[in-house]
Amino acid sequence: MLQGKHLIDPEDFSIEELGSILELAEDMLNNQAKFKDVCNGQILGTLFYEPSTRTRFSFEAAMIRLGGRVIGFAEPGSSSVMKGESIPDTIRTVASYVDIIAMRHPKEGAPKYASYYSPIPIINAGDGGHQHPTQMLTDLFTIKEVKGKLSNLTIGLCGDLKFGRTVHSLIKAMSRYENVKFLLISPNELQIPEYIRTEILANKDIPFTEVERLEDVIDSLDILYMTRVQKERFFNEADYIRLKDSYILDKEKLKLAKDDLSILHPFPRVNEISYEIDEDPRACYFDQLKYGMYVRMALIAKLLGVA
Amino acid sequence: MLYIDSISKGIVIDHIRAGAGFSIFKYLDLDKADFTVALIINAPSKKLGKKDLIKIENKIDLDLAMLGFIDPNITVNIIEGEKIVEKINLSLPRRVEGIIECKNPRCVTSMERNIVHKFVLMDEKDGVYKCEYCDQIYSWEG
Repeated sequence: MLQGKHLIDPEDFSIEELGSILELAEDMLNNQAKFKDVCNGQILGTLFYEPSTRTRFSFEAAMIRLGGRVIGFAEPGSSSVMKGESIPDTIRTVASYVDIIAMRHPKEGAPKYASYYSPIPIINAGDGGHQHPTQMLTDLFTIKEVKGKLSNLTIGLCGDLKFGRTVHSLIKAMSRYENVKFLLISPNELQIPEYIRTEILANKDIPFTEVERLEDVIDSLDILYMTRVQKERFFNEADYIRLKDSYILDKEKLKLAKDDLSILHPFPRVNEISYEIDEDPRACYFDQLKYGMYVRMALIAKLLGVA
Repeated sequence: MLYIDSISKGIVIDHIRAGAGFSIFKYLDLDKADFTVALIINAPSKKLGKKDLIKIENKIDLDLAMLGFIDPNITVNIIEGEKIVEKINLSLPRRVEGIIECKNPRCVTSMERNIVHKFVLMDEKDGVYKCEYCDQIYSWEG
């Protein structure tokens, strides 16, 4: 039963609960009209303390397509946050007007802190370089759609694995499925955080290898999850410039890959996937964008207990 | 060898790692006590070689989680009628609240006023904690 729960971390839901969301998302994808009024009279509050295109639009579109309405802010300058209002006070206020909240925040753990003060469901829509559980749902749904399964897979994650919150959430989620192996491809400076390495992978005996070069391992991958080297996560411009072009997927590298490789990317991309790859049948990232709305529709409906 | 009288009613905090006794003494505000207190440092110990201990001739409230966090090898003896009526072996607490601060500049604790820093024990053997909000690792070093 997911009604009334928060989604802050990928491990907040059981495998069965994740499965039920993916199943509902599939139904919504195929039978959208059936769900067009299930959130009639309900309001989603979007608290975006940090810029977003895909996540905010897909949340808003999801609620509208379920028959609900949306209020919120897209940057904190247009709210009382600029006057120094604390997260608990903002949440108590907004929660008295809406039925469910999607919150993005540059500070890590902010949605969790908010959830302690919220009588209504809080969805973490991305917190700093920490977690992004609705992107995780999107990624699981995409993998299930393109591979037909979530187990027995070799997944390569490439780019900024240190600050890439979508990477952290995807590893946390996929490590719970059977026989999943990870190849973690990044410069030494941008390797996965220690808590992911020890708590999520090493302590649970999940096979993983950390490598520096994409071309060394691309031939063994079933899924390649590319990420952007995010400028805003760096403290130092020189480091950003030095590392940003390290991991670019182009036709040459793709020649080494399996025919049934699936390429995913949480977007936005800068230049880490060449545009020449977009027409390749292995590129799944545009479908992934579309699926993001359906999993958010399913999530909202489940947390509100309307489907 | 130095002898200090046994107490009839109170608390003996024993097996404190040599050198840590004074910080516990200060943490418990025992320098302001109006009852008898003894801080003994570098006492001989079979188990530790040297140890510190504190004898308190009074019943005071102890935050056992905090004491365990300062030194998980501590034993707390509750004394009544000059006898030990309860012996409590401490360990690293499962949760630590408001004692240590998260060092991650991106953590919500670096921004919010009035937020309590909270850590959860991940690995008792190696004394590894993580921030409840951002998962930043904190290694206990005593």
